[in-house]
Amino acid sequence: MLTVTPGDIEALLLPLIPQLATRVPDDILSGLVAARETETGARARIVLDQLVQNACVAADDCVPICQDTGTVWVCLEAGPDVLVPGDVFSRVNDAVAKSYIDARLRKSVVKDALFDRGNTQDNTPAFCEVHFVDEPGVCRLHVMLKGGGSDNASRVVMLTPSAGKQGVIDTVLACVREKAANACPPLVVGVGVGATFDKVGGLAKRALMRPLGTVNPNPDAAAFEAELLSAINATGIGAGALGGQTTALGVCVATAPCHIAALPVAVNMSCSATRRATVDVPTHVVKVSESEGE
Amino acid sequence: MPADPIRLTLPLNPEEAKELRAGQACLLSGPLFTLRDAGHQRLLAEMGDSKELPYGLTGQTIFYAGPTPSAAGRPFGAIGPTTASRMDFAAPHLMDCGLAATVGKGHRSEAVRQACIDNGAVYFVAVGGAAAFLAKCIESCETLAYDDLGTEALRKIIVSDFPVFVGIDTMGEDIYSLD
Repeated sequence: MLTVTPGDIEALLLPLIPQLATRVPDDILSGLVAARETETGARARIVLDQLVQNACVAADDCVPICQDTGTVWVCLEAGPDVLVPGDVFSRVNDAVAKSYIDARLRKSVVKDALFDRGNTQDNTPAFCEVHFVDEPGVCRLHVMLKGGGSDNASRVVMLTPSAGKQGVIDTVLACVREKAANACPPLVVGVGVGATFDKVGGLAKRALMRPLGTVNPNPDAAAFEAELLSAINATGIGAGALGGQTTALGVCVATAPCHIAALPVAVNMSCSATRRATVDVPTHVVKVSESEGE
Repeated sequence: MPADPIRLTLPLNPEEAKELRAGQACLLSGPLFTLRDAGHQRLLAEMGDSKELPYGLTGQTIFYAGPTPSAAGRPFGAIGPTTASRMDFAAPHLMDCGLAATVGKGHRSEAVRQACIDNGAVYFVAVGGAAAFLAKCIESCETLAYDDLGTEALRKIIVSDFPVFVGIDTMGEDIYSLD
């Protein structure tokens, strides 16, 4: 069996968080540059020019891409032969606090949503989860710095099964039409369909981890993504929502089984500063007793 | 669509404000006052029934922004607009009391649009996600109040050629409703 330690996670996060905050991921930057090449909307061109220049300034001067350096989301994916200790995330907050203070990132977390909105002053806590996958040997970490404006533009809708594909399309387009201007387009749109009320948002969020330009391994989902992207860009909302051809750089769809009565849909909006990375976590071989090994 | 941006000096001249039209690109130079969610709640509470804007805000422009700390020799590493609609609860009252303009991103409420018409006020839109680029336009920064709110404190910043679009003009025309 393999295992992972809290120290391994901490060691990965310490350099990764400042890097994510200050570097536009390659796939997103390629999308912005390509959009700028073809954009004919005058205002959208100005927006895309600023976004591309912004990526250069941030990288050159090692400053944040966006003033909203987000909340930290950490998702550990572990295969069937990986033992995950219960304290695996126990040093994540230490890494977050150190990164946000040392790299001079913005502290954007309050102590309690309702009863104490005092700032925690170090951007903790991070939001962590474990996701078990059916891939032997796999131990990987998804990390995202999620901005508040785009997350606020997201939604969960419980459709009825008869709404079907069109219902999902309508839900995504309604969300884009109503909220794109608040979510800093060009967007990356994560769409989750299926599971239950509480799980469908996670599907949409994890979908955002797939790099732009890669093909969804599910051919039905790949075709649906192309259809959604085309419909979103046909709205003409454009970069900065100021009129243009590129409202979204990509759409990422993840589906799951669900109840016979259900068609849960989640739209997790992500902005032109989509900051996320997936990294392999080093594992250690551990011996397990026979009873545990069976 | 103008080819060249309009250069505006802050505080905004009311006569100049009337000439602005939604969609025009502008470059702002002069003082902006950063304030966002929690700061607006504080400001309204502090004003109570008074119609007087404190902290010298009369005739000035509020920039809905919560910057990152200083970096690269600049007052902020990154500073850019946050979603303006979250401040719609306060904006009409502040405009009625003499606030001349706001800077943010995204749609505003009908009440804000009407307040722009009633008061000859303007809503400017800056590009969300371009905050490292925009930080290069900031010359100086002074914290005026609410320092305990951290990034949400009230700050007076001096900007130079800060790029925006006219979002809602004094006629109530909205950039997001243009064809």
